[in-house]
Amino acid sequence: MLKGFRSHDLCVLLQPRAMNVDLEMDATLQVDISDALSERDKVKFTVHTKSTLPNFKQNEFSVVRQHEEFIWLHDSFIENEDYAGYIIPPAPPRPDFDASREKLQKLGEGEGSMTKEEFTKMKQELEAEYLAIFKKTVAMHEVFLCRVAAHPVLRKDLNFHVFLEYNQDLSVRGKNKKEKLEDFFKNVVKSADGVLVAGVKDVDDFFEHEKTFLLEYHNRVKDASAKCDRMIRSHKNAADDMNRIASSLYTLGTQDSMDLCKFFLKVSELFDKTRKVEARVAADEDLKLADLLKYYLRESQAAKDLLYRRSRALVDYENANKGLDKARAKNRDVLQAETSQQLCCHKFEKISESAKQELIDFKTRRVAAFRKNLVELAELELKHAKGNLQLLQSCVGVLNSNT
Amino acid sequence: MNAYMAYKVSTKTSLSVFKQRDFSVKRRFSDFLGLHSKLASKYLHIGYIVPPAPEKSIVGMTKVKVGKEDQSSNEFVEKRRSALERYLMRTVKHPILLKDPDVLQFLENSELPRAVNTQALSSAGILRMVNKAADAVNKMTIKMNESDAWFEEKQQHFENLDVQLRKLHASVESLVCHRKELSVNTAQFAKSAAMLGNSEDHTALSRALSQLAEVEEKIDQLHQDQANADFYLFSELLGDYVRLITAVKVRGVFDHRIKTWQKWQDSQVLLLKKREAEAKLQFTNKPDKLQQAKDEIKELEGKVQQGERDFEQISKIIRKEVGRFEKERVKDFKTIIVKYLESLVQTQQQLIKYWEAFLPEAKAIS
Repeated sequence: MLKGFRSHDLCVLLQPRAMNVDLEMDATLQVDISDALSERDKVKFTVHTKSTLPNFKQNEFSVVRQHEEFIWLHDSFIENEDYAGYIIPPAPPRPDFDASREKLQKLGEGEGSMTKEEFTKMKQELEAEYLAIFKKTVAMHEVFLCRVAAHPVLRKDLNFHVFLEYNQDLSVRGKNKKEKLEDFFKNVVKSADGVLVAGVKDVDDFFEHEKTFLLEYHNRVKDASAKCDRMIRSHKNAADDMNRIASSLYTLGTQDSMDLCKFFLKVSELFDKTRKVEARVAADEDLKLADLLKYYLRESQAAKDLLYRRSRALVDYENANKGLDKARAKNRDVLQAETSQQLCCHKFEKISESAKQELIDFKTRRVAAFRKNLVELAELELKHAKGNLQLLQSCVGVLNSNT
Repeated sequence: MNAYMAYKVSTKTSLSVFKQRDFSVKRRFSDFLGLHSKLASKYLHIGYIVPPAPEKSIVGMTKVKVGKEDQSSNEFVEKRRSALERYLMRTVKHPILLKDPDVLQFLENSELPRAVNTQALSSAGILRMVNKAADAVNKMTIKMNESDAWFEEKQQHFENLDVQLRKLHASVESLVCHRKELSVNTAQFAKSAAMLGNSEDHTALSRALSQLAEVEEKIDQLHQDQANADFYLFSELLGDYVRLITAVKVRGVFDHRIKTWQKWQDSQVLLLKKREAEAKLQFTNKPDKLQQAKDEIKELEGKVQQGERDFEQISKIIRKEVGRFEKERVKDFKTIIVKYLESLVQTQQQLIKYWEAFLPEAKAIS
């Protein structure tokens, strides 16, 4: 069980981190995940809230939540018609330690085939990896909550407040088979609809542009994310090889003839150090680049969903117009048709208005996040390369002076 | 298929044993194998460590012969060229082998008779096949009374070295493989990032993403170059020494020494038998047979003396050879590994250049 850390430094996907934005009546709302516990098959997040909102019983309080409860909250936003005009913050991905656990298990099985020193080293590496995945999942759950807390409308949501305050289990069991099947069909219908609606050219230039942009952007972010992951995996593999090389060199150094002993030991030490740097490079690329791309993959999907909802509302509006014309022509149920048409019109206009702002905010957020992460990525790459260079140069210097 | 790859062997020398100072000849792969085969048959059994020739690769060579002008064929030829060069260098560095007429001929003669004995299975391939059987037989039958602790110690030393070098070699080969993968994956990511930059509608961010793509493209080439250094410097060094040590241990000089000892022992045993037989004959009245026995004994005594001399000679040569071998090994490892580390230094320096150029681009996003 891994316990107790702070994830502040990992919450890098939002900019700015709108923690103390004042609501009306001078109220504040600040949410973070102050602690987390990893148990065998679940993770328990401690959600900590600081708020001056009058509807909370206290100004500061914490509850324990699991992943399913975050999903429940997210789904409640999606299903809420009033929020149709907003980009719903994407749900955090399920905590997945399977790969890491499998590696630890394989290591345990292969214990006999490596030296004790090698085994300890690899175990430390895998434990560090497990910890990194753990920190990441916490960061992603925290980012979700922060996004909700930063949104002018969503932060007032009742379910959100219940989520934050109710200190009992929310009893949201995971969806059963039937519900999962329903979801599946809903998605199928949606994507078929999506294709249908995407084909309709929008009168509004802004939305037409956004539609074209988002469709292409989403696909390219998906591709970039996948390729980035592969690149980082190769990097990790190379670092693992260096670890094994360091161990072999060490053994040689303890066994070989006098002339080469010291030499091998020095090179082994170098490989050990440089390997750690390479592993850090891979980890930082993962954090600054891979996670960034993954997040904007999810956000761009949420933005697409918004456009879809708007398109659906437009279609409904157009149908209502047609219905009204028909009713007027037949002079039957005109009032009903008028009411329906007005409702659709209102819904469509409301969604369009908020959607426009949401999409503009999305761009601002995206640009800021990319800027921050790309700058930090470059700075870290430089830091590690310089560190590596220094290690290598000093080692070569020592080796050359010894011969 | 009549096409074959010819390698240009250029020699620059001031040694008087050569007719010219600067000359080149064309040799094919089988010529190298033929040279090794001749040298092995002449020198291995008297204790000289003859460097093994590079291995044949039927698959690799066929592709090249068929005229497949692609990257993997080019890589194969370069690998082979490099291996042949190292093989020749090791051979001519050996003071005895350099003087051998076959070696001189190989370097100088414009035409060489076609080597016919280079079977489809390389020498190493056959070695591997017979290796296991020979090992088993040797371990069972020849139990030599090792009076010389030096040999036992060296045998153990080479055993250990073999195990460790193989392990290290395997890890380095894995590194080469993963580094090549990293290069390919980085190139793919670069393309993907460029596409992302194209579709990004914020101008400054779009530009920065394109720059990122360019950086990653340069880095993928860097990884490719590093993978080559990993291979040609580090991996091949280890591979060469794994093969060299095999030439020392199994079917190599240590084994030949044991065989030489065995031959000597066998002569001694035979001599003893003949002496016993002669003693018995003393009591019979067969002067002819007695004389024959005495002649045989004289011959055998000569053989025993020769056997002892041979054994002492091969032991002496092996000691010298192992000393030279170890000295060369120390030098090789130190020189080549330092060179390899310097390649790593260069890679880091380049990385720094690339990221330093990118940083202001990222900061320029507004």
